[in-house]
Amino acid sequence: MAHWLFQEEHEMLRKSVRGWVEKEIKPHVEEWEQKGEFPRELFYRAGELGFLGLTYPEVYGGSGEDYLAGAVFVEELARCGSAGVAAGLGASVVIAGPQIYKFGSEELKQKFLVPTITGEKIGALGITEPNAGSDVASISTTARDEGDHYVVNGSKIFITNGVRADYVVTAVKTDPAAGYKGISLLVIEKDTPGFTVAKKLEKLGWNASDTGELVFEDCRVPKANLVGKENMGFYYIMQNFAWERLVMALEAVAAAELALEEAIRYAQQRIQFKRPLSKFQVIRHKLADMASWIETARSLTYHALSLFASGEDAVTAVAMAKVYACETANRVADEALQIHGGYGYMMEYPVQRYWRDARVGTIGGGTTEIMKQIIVNRLIK
Amino acid sequence: MKILVCLKQTFDTEAKITLDSNGKIERKGVSLIMNPYDEFAVEEALRIKEKGEGEVTVISVGGQQTQDALRQALAMGADKAVLVDPGDVELDEYSTATILAKVISGMEYDIILGGFRAIDDGSAQVAGRVAEILNIPVVNVVTKLEIENGKAVATREIEGGSEVVEVSLPAVITAQKGLNEPRYPSMKGIMKAKKKPMDKKSLADLGLDESQIAAKVKAISFSLPEARKAGKVIPGEAAEAARELARLLREEAKVI
Repeated sequence: MAHWLFQEEHEMLRKSVRGWVEKEIKPHVEEWEQKGEFPRELFYRAGELGFLGLTYPEVYGGSGEDYLAGAVFVEELARCGSAGVAAGLGASVVIAGPQIYKFGSEELKQKFLVPTITGEKIGALGITEPNAGSDVASISTTARDEGDHYVVNGSKIFITNGVRADYVVTAVKTDPAAGYKGISLLVIEKDTPGFTVAKKLEKLGWNASDTGELVFEDCRVPKANLVGKENMGFYYIMQNFAWERLVMALEAVAAAELALEEAIRYAQQRIQFKRPLSKFQVIRHKLADMASWIETARSLTYHALSLFASGEDAVTAVAMAKVYACETANRVADEALQIHGGYGYMMEYPVQRYWRDARVGTIGGGTTEIMKQIIVNRLIK
Repeated sequence: MKILVCLKQTFDTEAKITLDSNGKIERKGVSLIMNPYDEFAVEEALRIKEKGEGEVTVISVGGQQTQDALRQALAMGADKAVLVDPGDVELDEYSTATILAKVISGMEYDIILGGFRAIDDGSAQVAGRVAEILNIPVVNVVTKLEIENGKAVATREIEGGSEVVEVSLPAVITAQKGLNEPRYPSMKGIMKAKKKPMDKKSLADLGLDESQIAAKVKAISFSLPEARKAGKVIPGEAAEAARELARLLREEAKVI
């Protein structure tokens, strides 16, 4: 049964994305995980099918600002079983694109947003630095004003798509003394002199996506590449966090569901003491718990999504959904691995990947600890 | 070029079939899809249209939920849909073909496409019957189709190979796997489909009454296939095992 939140067109989209994921992504997941990268063509293909433009208006090549459609896309994409593929495709349109769309000039939109929606350009968002994670205001990458250019110096780390992105929406300090009020966003293109990818980082999970460490040394960026107004970057970043976190919660629920399905399949096949594991009460109760946690996480996430999609204040609900859904994905994946016993610890079963992939959920896009701070700040004013 | 596609809504290929308390196939809670062979037909229709000019109309016989399958075809790019809702009557291939032929006879058409069979009952009869009633040729299990100068050149599967059939239009062509790779409806296509015409008709609208379409085949009872038994592994040396296998095939399975 379709959830009340979604309309008929969303369910049709779901079928369409599901068919695409089944046929064109799932069969290649193992290979892409091994390679540590999925083909660039997947961006074109997703763009061609209109999946990258669901949350953008038609004038930029999208199909309307429909966040429910965007949600359907990420849910179904997560079901490919490789969170890295979802993260890579997602980073472009979920975290890099919105900054340009909401705050960028028309010129920036034409140059970067339009080709992001067609899949011709890959985008990344560069905020985190080696010494600045949750504490965004403490970033130390600087942009010095030199007339028609900024000169950027500093480095960024853990940047999804960072290695092959055609552009990075980069958080820089344009007024280093002003703390969070001195942050601006610059679109920095690949091949800009002074911009180098220092390293492709090796990760515990999300292996099909590339994660980069980026370095800027006297990197000259034209002023036209400033997103919105100078020193407004912190505010812009915070604005889009709701959607990014919602996407993470939606993906977490879908991933947890996948882990549960895998656990059920294994429990029905595996015979011990002359019975399938699925006949043992201890396993049955585990499965019942896992399913209940997932439904709880889904309800909370859909509640946050409905608030967000209807333009209401969703900050608290989104923070709660991200915490609960991502913690649930960890717990469910862990139980699924436990049910698999020794086989769960082996690389040949997909459950180990679900376990590894889930782990970053409580860290990326704002840690569980920061989410709790947001929630409690709203409780105690 | 006027292109018609007959399509059917079927159970999802992954649907678990169960029987209800009346011994009929349980339809509740089952996810429904467009018959995959009909999807090939829709795709082919769209490709013919895209090569030149034309209009694609999709037609189905079924209840109101069948609109979902028609809507999918519209989202893929078909222009119009016609749904005949026969109400609560039991249909067989004869009934369905009679209804389809009746609705089609009131339309303009140069070619009629459909899947060569549906994945539920797999009878592969409806398209052929429609052609017969309309008195036009039919080419079945087609894997390649070219339209030129009022003719269709169709490559069809035959046992152990393929044959090429040239047929004058109008004709009915049924699609086999391999004919094409159906497209996924895009969000834009889905939104456009909401505004495309869906013509809903009843039997009375077509001038048919239930007696004219009364099924000639009646299902008396349904039963689920027995669960497949585990296979048998014959241990031992190859020559000896082969001898044992031959003995079992003769004495137990009684197939040789």
